[in-house]
Order: sequence, then C-alpha cells, then structure tokens
Amino acid sequence: MTGHAPQPATIEACPNGPLLVRGDVELVDSDGNPIERRRRTVALCRCGTSAIAPFCDGSHKAIGFVTPS
Amino acid sequence: MKLPAPRGPLGASLTDLLVHPPRDTDDVDDAVLSRWRDAATVADPVTDDDVQLTLWTLYALHYRGFEGVDDAWEWDPDLLRLRRVLENAFEAALRHQVPAPTATAAEREAVAAALFAMTAPAPGPSVARYVSRSADATQAEEFLIHRSLYTLMEADPHTWAVPRLSGAPKAALVEVQADEYGGGRPDRMHSALFARTMRGAGLVDEYGYYVDRLPAVTIAALNLMSLFGLHRRWRGAIAGHLAAFEMTSSLPNRLYGDGFRRLGHDAGTTDYFDEHVEADAVHEQIAGRDLAGRLAEQEPELVGDILFGAAACLYLDELVGRHLLDAWSAGTSSLRAA
Repeated sequence: MTGHAPQPATIEACPNGPLLVRGDVELVDSDGNPIERRRRTVALCRCGTSAIAPFCDGSHKAIGFVTPS
Repeated sequence: MKLPAPRGPLGASLTDLLVHPPRDTDDVDDAVLSRWRDAATVADPVTDDDVQLTLWTLYALHYRGFEGVDDAWEWDPDLLRLRRVLENAFEAALRHQVPAPTATAAEREAVAAALFAMTAPAPGPSVARYVSRSADATQAEEFLIHRSLYTLMEADPHTWAVPRLSGAPKAALVEVQADEYGGGRPDRMHSALFARTMRGAGLVDEYGYYVDRLPAVTIAALNLMSLFGLHRRWRGAIAGHLAAFEMTSSLPNRLYGDGFRRLGHDAGTTDYFDEHVEADAVHEQIAGRDLAGRLAEQEPELVGDILFGAAACLYLDELVGRHLLDAWSAGTSSLRAA
C-alpha cells in the first residue's frame, strides 16, 4: 500500500476466527518473498483450513473452530 | 436507466406522475391516497409485485434516478406519502414474518457472537451448492440476473448509514465500505467487478437493466436494504443487515466461483466471487464486532434492531433462495417472461 501515512501495526485476535491485521506490516512467505496484500485490512487464517492461506476464507465457521478463551 | 413496466395500480399511478415534472401544487388528494392505501393492502406485501416494484422505483429516485424523470421528484411530498404507505405495509409484514431473534446483551462480543450464531453455515440445499455442482449455463445466467439488481450498486444502501453513526461503529462501516468501493481504485469496486462478471457471461452490465425480469422477492431483498438505510430510525437494522450479509458471503462465494469455473468461465468472470471469499472474511469480523457490536455498546436500545436487521436479511435471502431452487427443480425459469 502506498499513499497513506505510516500506521502502527495492530494484530487483533478475533474470537473463534482469524487474526485481523491493520497497519504497516510486510507479509512474506517462508522464503522471504513478499505476499501481495490486496486490501488495507487483512484477515490471516488461524484454523489451518483456509483454501486461500495465509488469508482467511471463513472456513473456521464450517469446521466449528474454537479459540481458547 | 428506464422506468420499469408497472405491475399494478400502484406502479401505474406512479408512472403517470413521473412522466411529468413535479408541480408546486399537490397532485395527490385524499382520494388518491386512499386508493394507494387500498392497493397496498395485499395478502403478502413482501412478495407482491406491485408493492415491491413501486417501492423500488421510489427508492431508485434516491440513487441514480431514471432517464426522462425529473430529479426533483426525489423529495416530492406526494411521492414521500406513497413511499410511506408502501413502507408501512412492508414493515408490518416483516415484523409479522421475520423470526424474532433471541435477546442478547448490549456488549460487543455478545452481539457479534449472536450474529455469527444466526448466520452459521447450515447443511442442506442452497443456491451456492446448486450453482457449484448442478446449475446449467441458463440457470447460472439467471442467478447473475437476480444478483445484478443489488450487486451493480453493491454497498450503496449501507452507505446511507455513515452520517447516522459516530465513533467506532462509523469508522468500522467506512473501513468496510472503502474496501467495497475498491480502496480508491475504480476498477476494483465490487460493483465494477460484478459488471465484468455480467459481461463475461454475455449479459448487460447496466444497473437496473433486468428489473422487469425479476420477481417481487428479489426486489424486496434490495428494498429491505434501502428501507433500513434511508431511515435513521433503522440505523441499528442496517448495521445488523450488513453484518449478516457479510457473514453469509465468503463460503457461498467460493462455491459460486467453483460453479462458474465448472461452466468454463475465465478468471475475469469469476474474479468477483474470488474477491469476496477473501474480502468478506475480513468484513464479517469488522461488521459483526466493530460496527454492530460497538453500536450496541454505544446505543444499547438498538440491540433488538441490530438483530432484527440481521434476521430480516437472512429471511429475505432464504425466500430468494427458495424461489430459485423451486423454479430450477421444477424445470422452469426463475425469471419473469421477457
């Protein structure tokens, strides 16, 4: 993302759902190659079943994923 | 956009007015108002063609209007009186028909959890599963035509709520809507992505083009959003509606994309669906927790409306889905005759 003021990163752990990432964070794969971020706020998979990992596709709801409280 | 063909006395009466510019003197006397009230007294306003198409036409004046219709009609008092007659009938029917949601504490996570519970994926037949596995090219085309009424103006009805909110819920709504509108890129606007899908399927991508083909129930699903969006008193319901809409989007859109790929469509045509798998997994969290949840904390008296807005969204979605699946399983078209 370009053209906006620096924004400190926040990562919000959504109950029974993904990690919501806002702000200036660089996403990279295991080789350090950048992963394209197509929107300002992204949701990262936490249940391990997303078909579009590392992003969330809502699959946690289909498997009844529950985060420890 | 052209005016739709009237489907009854309400639509005919409205068309008679709209073909001329509005006058300073009232066109509508008590006798006309009384006829409108009688015509709106139908067995089921939710599925009545004349009620829903006439209401849609009145709402369309607040969006982009019609060719040959004077823009001044938008705030004409006579038309607002007609709108109120139709909205009263629609609202009363919704209050009667939509299952009442369970009461929930006015706390962010409690409201979000209630919304996620209401929208949890259910087994059984659905339009998404049908499109994924079974729909033929004609049925897939019909599906797009139904979706086009809203999706070629995607996000617009919920945007009405922005100035009615403040603080965290307002920021949340704008965060979702900014993404809906392409994050500053016109070609990434969701309505633009859907226009590309329409063209890819050989359909006309002009907003409102297919309204004459659509049954009342599809029109009612969009009217619901305009009703909730245009009335400040329904700000809780429009927030709940958006949350439910986003929460029932990611998983079905994956199936829609699969269906259109199965039918041989290219990546440009399926991009709309694929985009929504990722986008709405973000939006559902923001809409459920930061929009609806924070609004409930700000204005606890709105919790009932938030949940009602979500329940009404799901109810209309279910009616539309049943209409499509019933038509297709009977081997008939889900559209009105051309």
